[in-house]
Amino acid sequence: MKIKFKSNTFLIAVSAVILGLVAGAILMASIGSNPFEGFYYLFRGGLMNVERIGNTIATAITLMLVGLSVAFAFKTGLFNIGAAGQMLVGGLCATLVAHYVFLPRPLYLIVIIAAALLGGGLWGVIPGLLKAKFNVHEVVATIMMNWIAYWSIYYFVPAYLKGPSLETESKSIAISQSLRSPWLTEIFGGGYINLGIFVAILAIILIKFILDKTTLGFELKAVGSNRFCAEYAGVKVNRNVIISMMIAGGLAGLAGMTYYTGYSRNIQIGVMPSMGFDGIAVALLGASSPIGVFFSALFFGMLQSGKGFMNAMTEVPPEIADTIIATIIYFTATSVLFKKFWDSVGKRIRTKRKDRADKAVAQEGKDNG
Amino acid sequence: MSHVIEMLNIRKEFPGIVANDDITLQVEQGEIHAILGENGAGKSTLMSILFGLYHADKGIIKVRGKEVHISSPNDASDLGIGMVHQHFQLVQNFTVTENIILGREGSFVLDRKSAASKIKALSEQYGLKIDPNSKIEDITVGMQQRVEILKMLYRDAEILIFDEPTAVLTPQEIDELMQIMRNLIKEGKSIILITHKLNEIKAVADRCTVIRRGKMIGVVEVAGTSQAKMAAMMVGRPVSFKVDKKPAKPGKPVLELKDVNVMNIKKVLGVKNFSLQVREHEIVGIAGVDGNGQSELVEAISGLRPVASGTISINGNDITHISIRARNEAGLGHIPEDRQKRGLVMTAPLSANMVIKEYYRPPFSKYGILNEDLINKHAQDICDAFDVRSGEGIESLAGKLSGGNQQKAIVGREMALEPDLIIAVQPTRGLDVGAIEYIHKRLVEHRDKGHAVLLVSFELDEIFNLSDRIAVMNSGELIDVVETSATDEEKVGLMMAGVKSKEVTA
Ligand SMILES: Nc1ncnc2c1ncn2[C@@H]1O[C@H](COP(=O)(O)OP(=O)(O)OP(=O)(O)O)[C@@H](O)[C@H]1O
Ligand SMILES: [Mg+2]
Repeated sequence: MKIKFKSNTFLIAVSAVILGLVAGAILMASIGSNPFEGFYYLFRGGLMNVERIGNTIATAITLMLVGLSVAFAFKTGLFNIGAAGQMLVGGLCATLVAHYVFLPRPLYLIVIIAAALLGGGLWGVIPGLLKAKFNVHEVVATIMMNWIAYWSIYYFVPAYLKGPSLETESKSIAISQSLRSPWLTEIFGGGYINLGIFVAILAIILIKFILDKTTLGFELKAVGSNRFCAEYAGVKVNRNVIISMMIAGGLAGLAGMTYYTGYSRNIQIGVMPSMGFDGIAVALLGASSPIGVFFSALFFGMLQSGKGFMNAMTEVPPEIADTIIATIIYFTATSVLFKKFWDSVGKRIRTKRKDRADKAVAQEGKDNG
Repeated sequence: MSHVIEMLNIRKEFPGIVANDDITLQVEQGEIHAILGENGAGKSTLMSILFGLYHADKGIIKVRGKEVHISSPNDASDLGIGMVHQHFQLVQNFTVTENIILGREGSFVLDRKSAASKIKALSEQYGLKIDPNSKIEDITVGMQQRVEILKMLYRDAEILIFDEPTAVLTPQEIDELMQIMRNLIKEGKSIILITHKLNEIKAVADRCTVIRRGKMIGVVEVAGTSQAKMAAMMVGRPVSFKVDKKPAKPGKPVLELKDVNVMNIKKVLGVKNFSLQVREHEIVGIAGVDGNGQSELVEAISGLRPVASGTISINGNDITHISIRARNEAGLGHIPEDRQKRGLVMTAPLSANMVIKEYYRPPFSKYGILNEDLINKHAQDICDAFDVRSGEGIESLAGKLSGGNQQKAIVGREMALEPDLIIAVQPTRGLDVGAIEYIHKRLVEHRDKGHAVLLVSFELDEIFNLSDRIAVMNSGELIDVVETSATDEEKVGLMMAGVKSKEVTA
């Protein structure tokens, strides 16, 4: 069932972003940098030319899928903190396909997507099962799954995917086996842009459809909003917890695919992908709605890809961009305040409009009389 | 006499609805002033404004003759205004004393001892009988309410607001609360009381302000006004308190319980060897004091709690171990005891709530895709039929409805399922007399269509008004089942205390 997208959620997000930027400006000023210059290079770094735009999008692709994963779990009342591990496992499965499966391109893409979905889904479904069967809190379980993925990769990659001279990462996959695509690369004049963008957009549309229009989405949301009522109504709560975690895991697995076989072409060992956690911010700012996730991922993608340029061109350290992100999250989390503010603004406007209408009616009455 | 509280020409709008439209409330020093109004009339809203939870769009508030601006509960508290909410705000594993001084510690060092002795003194002064050292989780709901009262008194409140305080109490506790209110008045406090029960207003209130659909209808002296008159003022038409019904024509059994045993939360038997039949065209009422196994019994029938032994069947089909959905499909409807927890998804719109048991099957969905138009139409039909009032119609979030309208929505949804058996637990809790009349009528109608109704209520009036037979429960056991026409409230009262009917008649 559709839960209306209130224009207020949009205003809240925008307010949070603006306040985050203002906080960033104050910080820059306080360390003696010129905030206008800082922002100028931050945004330029993300949007200066088509190649940079391509890179912004490439970063956003992964963020979109992770954000979608977290948002989807949120809707069922679950906190998926394990997107990083699910990314790793999904990415590993995709990397294996890239190394060993050779097929015509369309078929190949289907196989690699399926592999990433399976890997991530498996990593998500385990915490789901633990929660359903033994009531293990998903936050605990997903964090543990993160570390299991981290250490498994730590030993698996050197043992089976060792590069010729590299000790800390897997051997690179062939460009032709990656998600990069010549025509996309050409349009954007190089950079990291890849076919993942279509995967992300399709996933967003599909998830939005599931949540708004299907009985599955109805059940998931019912369980997420009030599991006692869902249980009473005959919805199988545990089954939905498992399904939700499986889908969330699958989405994060796809994110891993776009990151390890699209953005980059190898897997580093001993690194937990920080994007797995950035996804929480993306979901929060996007108010857990698929469309919201789309835009907030683009925004965060821009900050991520612009911060290096800002650092190179000015004295401003790249951490400022992270601080801005953190501040925005903070303001989004305390969005109740904005909601009150915008509600009262809305009301004032409505009352004014009504007064005006009333006056007009009165005037008309006089005119007629 | 002087007014302690004056709320003059108050207006408050919510999206799509004017909850308070030019309402004036004047409370005199030392009186119990009742507010009477239908579900959704705007009573809670008005009190929330007085207590600083909402802001009025228009109007002025005067406390002891002085105009004031109350923008938070703290402001209200400073002005000597206290409120007992319908849902208590207590920390379960804290003691009474800790709960009362919470947020009022004063200095860094908690002086529990002197606080406890002040609480003890207050408790004795007003006859509250509270032990300051017991934990909240160990005391009854009625006691918890008294802790809320103590909280107000501890903070030197002079004007006490009670929003539907008796909805959660047993008849015994209600009598005690009435006495406490009289004690409070004797000590110079003033009270605003919201209740749907006219006999309570009659029993304690001095004057009563009646509101309907957000507008003030008038103020009456309670002593000189009959209950029927007040009810008519509030609903806008005469209300009948008795249910018209023809004698039952019981047919074959719909619900059959055979030697059912159920464990309660504490893992001891909450329902013991319970056997009962509810037949077609019959209403069976379960009478008993709250906490004697009624909840466990209902949960066992509806599938929310496993059965330890025994069998439950509907229309001859064993449902003892099947899923909740399968039970619903076998013809079970259930108006749950806790509407906020079980009955509705508060953060979802009414439309979704009205199909929460049926969304998965045609016509509401096909191949897993929801049919929004039909869902909306279905929800609209229920809201029309049961007069569910809300700001934005079926798009309103369930949580934004007034308590009574939430209940009407649930009853409407369950009735729309046309179940062979409907279990109605406290179906009229928190409803205004007009709505009670309506829901009672619909339950009887349901029976007259040839269905079975199992009614659980803690109000003997309701049990006697509706039931064809009465089953009395005590400590998880069925004491006896009697024909309503062959018994009276006194006999049932004795059985509720555990005395068998043979001994009663003897
Ligand atoms: N926060 C809110 N947002 C939107 N509408 C609201 C809100 N609170 C109350 N309303 C609407 O205002 C009206 C008055 O509600 P209120 O809770 O004051 O009624 P009430 O008289 O206390 O009813 P009841 O006896 O059922 O508790 C209702 O129609 C309700 O739907
Ligand atoms: Mg109310």
